[in-house]
Amino acid sequence: MNSNDRRRAVVAREESEFHRTTVQKKSDREVVVTRTFDAPARLVFEAWSKPELFKKWWVPRSMGMTLRSCDMDVRTGGKYRLVFGDDPKNTMAFFGKYLDVVPDKRIVWTNEESGDAGSVTTVTFEERDGKTLLVLSELYPTKEALDEAGIGAQEMLGETFGQLDELLAGLSPR
Amino acid sequence: MTAAGSSKLNHMVQCSPSGFNASFAALADATRRGVLDQLARGDASITDLADKFEMTLTGMKKHVSVLELAGLVTTEKVGRVRTCRIGPCRLEKEMAWIARYRQVWDQRFAALDGVIDELKRQEKGRGRKRRK
Repeated sequence: MNSNDRRRAVVAREESEFHRTTVQKKSDREVVVTRTFDAPARLVFEAWSKPELFKKWWVPRSMGMTLRSCDMDVRTGGKYRLVFGDDPKNTMAFFGKYLDVVPDKRIVWTNEESGDAGSVTTVTFEERDGKTLLVLSELYPTKEALDEAGIGAQEMLGETFGQLDELLAGLSPR
Repeated sequence: MTAAGSSKLNHMVQCSPSGFNASFAALADATRRGVLDQLARGDASITDLADKFEMTLTGMKKHVSVLELAGLVTTEKVGRVRTCRIGPCRLEKEMAWIARYRQVWDQRFAALDGVIDELKRQEKGRGRKRRK
């Protein structure tokens, strides 16, 4: 391996560390997800709080689901409602309200489609040197509710990485 | 909706032998979601479930068979009692739990990178125009 190759390998490793998504169970009822984004907090917040941007990434095409509608009023006390399904007679809605919204800093919302088992999600955006550390916590009312939530999270994505690459290639500046 | 919601959707996909639509249809109904929640707490007979949800035996049998077709529930008949339990997907271990949870967010965040890149590019464009 010559020095150029080595340098490239180091850069690639740093790059993948940088974009690494970590998931940790903080307790029986809480899961915390972290990820760093190469952009200031206001842009990351914008992508989370404007429905037209949010729907571009929340359901990557590889999930194989159709997001029929996406209504979000991202401010403290505001509500959201996401409706999924190909067939208008057979849809599934996800909804809740924003408990606390501080622009560029924090969004806290409820997940009410599961009734009493619904979690409260807190996302914080911490900017440092033009990059943003995102910390997302999901706090469930009970251990059982948390166990239920992790079950079955998309193994099927593996097959469709190709689609995702395509999507990203279309969005990134070249 | 967050990982909880999306993993519920994904649960349907993963556990469904006949594809996404069967599971989607199975979970689109509030009673069937209730039945799954109930079975998550412990096995139950069709009669138990019918009582719990104040429904006829025939009605409950229909709901259970939809869930069964989608692979979300298994049933076993012993004597005259048909016992229902949550499908095999629930037996996953902690590690697998986290791996899947992570996968949901990983995919989303990869797509979010794309959206953010686009925002950065637009902002740069606007900046250039202002300077002119």
